[in-house]
Amino acid sequence: MLIGRVVGELVATHKHPSHEGAKILLVQPLNLDGSDRGDAVVALDAVDAGVGDQVLVTTEGFSAMTAVGRTQSPIDMAVIGFIDHVELVPGVS
Amino acid sequence: MQLGRVVGCVWATVKDSGLEGYRMLLVQPLDSDLRDTGKRLVCTDWTGAGAGEMVYWVRGREASIAFLPGQPPSDATIVGIVDFVHRAAAKTSKPARQPERSHDRKGVASSPGRNIAPPEN
Repeated sequence: MLIGRVVGELVATHKHPSHEGAKILLVQPLNLDGSDRGDAVVALDAVDAGVGDQVLVTTEGFSAMTAVGRTQSPIDMAVIGFIDHVELVPGVS
Repeated sequence: MQLGRVVGCVWATVKDSGLEGYRMLLVQPLDSDLRDTGKRLVCTDWTGAGAGEMVYWVRGREASIAFLPGQPPSDATIVGIVDFVHRAAAKTSKPARQPERSHDRKGVASSPGRNIAPPEN
């Protein structure tokens, strides 16, 4: 799973029917220091996240489909939680 | 899933029989500012997208799930056409930029609407 920040919301009229009724979010993966890590990804929303939220993103199909509640649909990423706080253990990380 | 823009069409006369009847498009991945990023790739197309349109595509095993009950041997499929990206500039780390609308055809010479011009021969 990835830590990311929601940076946008996609509007798509013509899309796969299994995506109907779900928010489609543009999520920028983050490093632990809050800087951008790689390119933004598109993820279906399972927790009602919005722009600016720091979220947990699953990047595997089965877990994404299960989280969104749509099995047998072409989904490979989903927002499955909000990040409240990340604590690094001194001397270990 | 990832954002992308359709920049071309791929024809393959000889291919796996499972791919017969599926459109294959060339897609340029985009970053959160809707700028080109990374290498272009071939995606099968579920949507009927045309050249220049912004799309989002899915990769991996889920790429062929889009076509159920068909199961083409595909690892990347376009599953939606993006009308626009709604962004809130104040909360993002990068400067805001107006999203490219689907009718912008940057990088594509001339292709009418959703139809990709067939090869001239």
